[in-house]
Amino acid sequence: MDLPLFLQQLLNGISLGSLYALIAIGYTMVYGIIRLINFAHGDVLMVSTYFTYFGISVYALPWWLSVIIAILLTALLGILIDLGAYRPVRHAPRVSALITAIGVSFLLENLGLVVFGGRPKAFYRPDFLNKTYELAGVHVFSLSIWVPLVTALLLVLVFLLLYRTRVGAAMRAVAKDMEMVQLMGVDVNRVISLAFAVGSALAAAGGIMWAMKYPQINPLMGIIPGLKAFVAAVLGGIGNIHGAVLGGFLLGVMEILLVAFLPSLAGYRDAFAFILLILILLFRPTGLVGKGASG
Amino acid sequence: MSDWRGRDRTYRLCAYGSILCLFAFLFLVENYADEYQIRILNVSAIFVTMAVSYNLINGVAGQFSLGPNAFMAVGAYTTALLTISPAEKELCFIIEPIIWPLSVLHLPFLPSLLIGGTFAALLGFIMAFPVFRVRGDYLAIVTLGFGEVVRVVANNTQSITNGPLGLKGLPEYTNLWWSWGVAVFTVFCVTRLVKSSFGRAMQAIREDEVAAAAMGINVFRHKMLAFVVHAFFAGMAGGLMAHLVTTISPTLFSFFLTFNLLVIIVIGGLGSMTGSIIAAIIITYAGEWLRAVEEPMAIGPFNIPGIPGMRMVVFAIMLILVMIFARQGLMGRREFSWEWFCGFLRTGERRG
Amino acid sequence: MSRKLIFLIPVFVIPCLLFFLPSSSLASEPIRIGVYLPMTGPVAAFGQMEWAGIQTAHQMRPTVLGRQVELVLVDEKSDRIEAANAVSRLLKKEKVQAIIGSATSSNTMAGAALSEKAKIPMVSPTATLPLVTQNKKYVFRVCFIDSFQGEAAARFAYRNLRARRVAVIVDRAQDYCVGLASYFKRAFTHLGGKVVSMAYCQTGDQDFSAQLTSILASQPGLLYLPNYYTEDALIVRQAQELGLNVPVLSADGAQAPELIKIGGKAVEGLYLLAHFAPEGATTPLAKEFMESFKKSREETSGFHALGADAYFVLLDAIKRAGCTNGDAVRTALASTRGFGGVSGVITIGPDGNAVKSAVILQVRGGQFRYLTIVKPW
Repeated sequence: MDLPLFLQQLLNGISLGSLYALIAIGYTMVYGIIRLINFAHGDVLMVSTYFTYFGISVYALPWWLSVIIAILLTALLGILIDLGAYRPVRHAPRVSALITAIGVSFLLENLGLVVFGGRPKAFYRPDFLNKTYELAGVHVFSLSIWVPLVTALLLVLVFLLLYRTRVGAAMRAVAKDMEMVQLMGVDVNRVISLAFAVGSALAAAGGIMWAMKYPQINPLMGIIPGLKAFVAAVLGGIGNIHGAVLGGFLLGVMEILLVAFLPSLAGYRDAFAFILLILILLFRPTGLVGKGASG
Repeated sequence: MSDWRGRDRTYRLCAYGSILCLFAFLFLVENYADEYQIRILNVSAIFVTMAVSYNLINGVAGQFSLGPNAFMAVGAYTTALLTISPAEKELCFIIEPIIWPLSVLHLPFLPSLLIGGTFAALLGFIMAFPVFRVRGDYLAIVTLGFGEVVRVVANNTQSITNGPLGLKGLPEYTNLWWSWGVAVFTVFCVTRLVKSSFGRAMQAIREDEVAAAAMGINVFRHKMLAFVVHAFFAGMAGGLMAHLVTTISPTLFSFFLTFNLLVIIVIGGLGSMTGSIIAAIIITYAGEWLRAVEEPMAIGPFNIPGIPGMRMVVFAIMLILVMIFARQGLMGRREFSWEWFCGFLRTGERRG
Repeated sequence: MSRKLIFLIPVFVIPCLLFFLPSSSLASEPIRIGVYLPMTGPVAAFGQMEWAGIQTAHQMRPTVLGRQVELVLVDEKSDRIEAANAVSRLLKKEKVQAIIGSATSSNTMAGAALSEKAKIPMVSPTATLPLVTQNKKYVFRVCFIDSFQGEAAARFAYRNLRARRVAVIVDRAQDYCVGLASYFKRAFTHLGGKVVSMAYCQTGDQDFSAQLTSILASQPGLLYLPNYYTEDALIVRQAQELGLNVPVLSADGAQAPELIKIGGKAVEGLYLLAHFAPEGATTPLAKEFMESFKKSREETSGFHALGADAYFVLLDAIKRAGCTNGDAVRTALASTRGFGGVSGVITIGPDGNAVKSAVILQVRGGQFRYLTIVKPW
């Protein structure tokens, strides 16, 4: 394989990886604070794409406005899920919380089938994302450039929130020692709600870009991105935000390169992520970056 | 002492008697009920088998596995590949021909079913080494991962599993005798195991792994035992399922199946075999009743739109509510016993 | 103890009785025709279009032999196990006298085994795989079969599009796609062309960059996509994104509005081999059907037409049989000759397959336009 083609695939990998990274942050934030694998995270992403779809196709709003509204609504959905389903089981055994999360995931998927119908819907893609440039033999698709750029912007915002604001400090503190922080007078429940809101909003951003990349949405579309992003979070060390970002990019690039250079193994693409996950858990359960770097 | 022994004998007679009643009932059903009802009864039996064996690892040994679909897939594919006639296989594999030993193998149902269970158990044995290095929710995720890997492998090993096209033309072997026979056998084996010293050790591990290890229990070996037994029966259930629907493909063994089982054992009560049996039957029938809600029905000039997905919405809400309000499920960790049953009758007599 | 027992008896007996309750099997006047179609899931568009066609046909001809016809629809959810369940429900619980279904070959085969056993005639609107009716006495269809479709597509690609090097992407989860691809390959090679690359994907896949990258390297002059509309739309879009700009030829499984909605500008100019084009319709029944169908405000597609044809052909057979006895209807179906259906003149061959011609459509201005007709051998 020649260099231009390699660069092209690398760019594809980075653009896929940035989506994984955005989604993985939500997993890692929630796990870092309440030690819960939020199974429904991928389905929250699915709902966000439908919010956007309804904004554009039904209410005929401009696409950027629909996207913003969808992201806000999804953040709200994240908070509501926490309030309705996870808070009542917060002090139950962890397995009960996990079962609840699986239940929420199936609830969202099937509610999606009931409300939106099973027939896939075409998703809007703005024209400026539709262009193909040719640079020295490399076909560059404009979407593949925009996705990492938007991701980088969002990541800067998240890190500003975490390290430059009081709530960010509270979030990091809660992740370190919830009881102690509670004793110091911080409203832990509000911090947890915020984590759900931020995580869901990022998932929404990732999901909407996912839907623009593969311009078709259906109620079960969140499962695969959700699972892969979870693997990315574990890969980077779950509970660690830097790690989740790194894990997302690594997984995206590895996946695309595997498919590009060993097309005969393309069918094993989804298994690859899980084999990686199993290996990581067995040999380096704390992930590549390890714990403690941040909340 | 003699009184205790006498009562024990009575209870055993009761147990044999009730099994006899069950089979008499099945005989009646087979001869007088229609095919649709027989089908649902078959499905209930298969779910009983799966739920009871799944509860062994999740409820009794307390290792929260999310991978029973992997074992069912292995059991189903192994059994199916052994029972489909060579001629039928040749028709089935249209992209790549089936590899050699499988192309000529052809066995009756019972040995195929046992081999299917054995292969699943073998997979369980191999999986146990990596899986039990982790605990809790990590274990859940690793087993979920294995389930997905098995499905992806089945999708891609074209010359063994026929890939996503799946296998067709399986002989319709599963009937009430097979399905309920295996179910009764499973319940018998698993309850005996739970009551044995092995079972006690598993429960000790569930309650406190460190303390159990300190008492001299070989933690890994007991977890492994529970896992392999679970795998074996799940594999058999998979084989029965395959020969009931007579066509299988990897999508049949997705996480969706695991979810159904999870609903059953959670509603029945994690750790209670009685609960699993009751819940398996209730959920199977509830699923059939709720199916009516899902289907668009055109009766005469009226066209009632169905609400597809409604069934799973109900189950998902049920699961969440049970977790929030009634974590013990129907039975908690209690079991049905003849002692309790006779006691129940006797108190009724006294009151009456 | 005895009193307690008396209390317990109903607890055990009532559920037992429930099993034996007769399931509403009163001899009713209307003729019940079961319909099983994918109303949800990946190929729901087919089911919904065919159902719309069947309903319109039913409104046009609601009676036969002086009796009302009653349609019973069951969703098979684009899943072959659900398809088997659906047919078993139609046969055992709804006690239908004939069945229409299903849209795709894999799922029709899952149901066909059951109706064959029950000796209830079944007519599929669009299951095109030859295997569907093979060795089946009670299974029929009103569409052409894939061995013809593959051959016709190869002829069109070779003669009209002058393609010599063709790349194919096949959905290997569908019997229909796999079968069609192999018929195409055989015919195209026979004509002197070459299939330079054969790549596989799977229903539900979203990313085809791996397959397209390897196809790009083989420099084809035409891309043949014998798949369903969702996959085809995404493949065509991603092909353009990767810079693969060659003509695309697709099959009857792609003729759905979703192809254009999801594919957008990328599917402009795509060729499609299909069952039916409104512009090419000639029979009186077709004109009447399109007139009644106008109410639904949807463009008449092959799936509407074939859904209606399945109903009309079945009704015609029941009329000629004079009763709803499974064997009599079967014999009548098998002797259908020159029936003027919506999608053309239908003759059922000895193997239960319809013999008829195909049309070539092209996507222009966001719509399927009639281009030409391809006659049977």
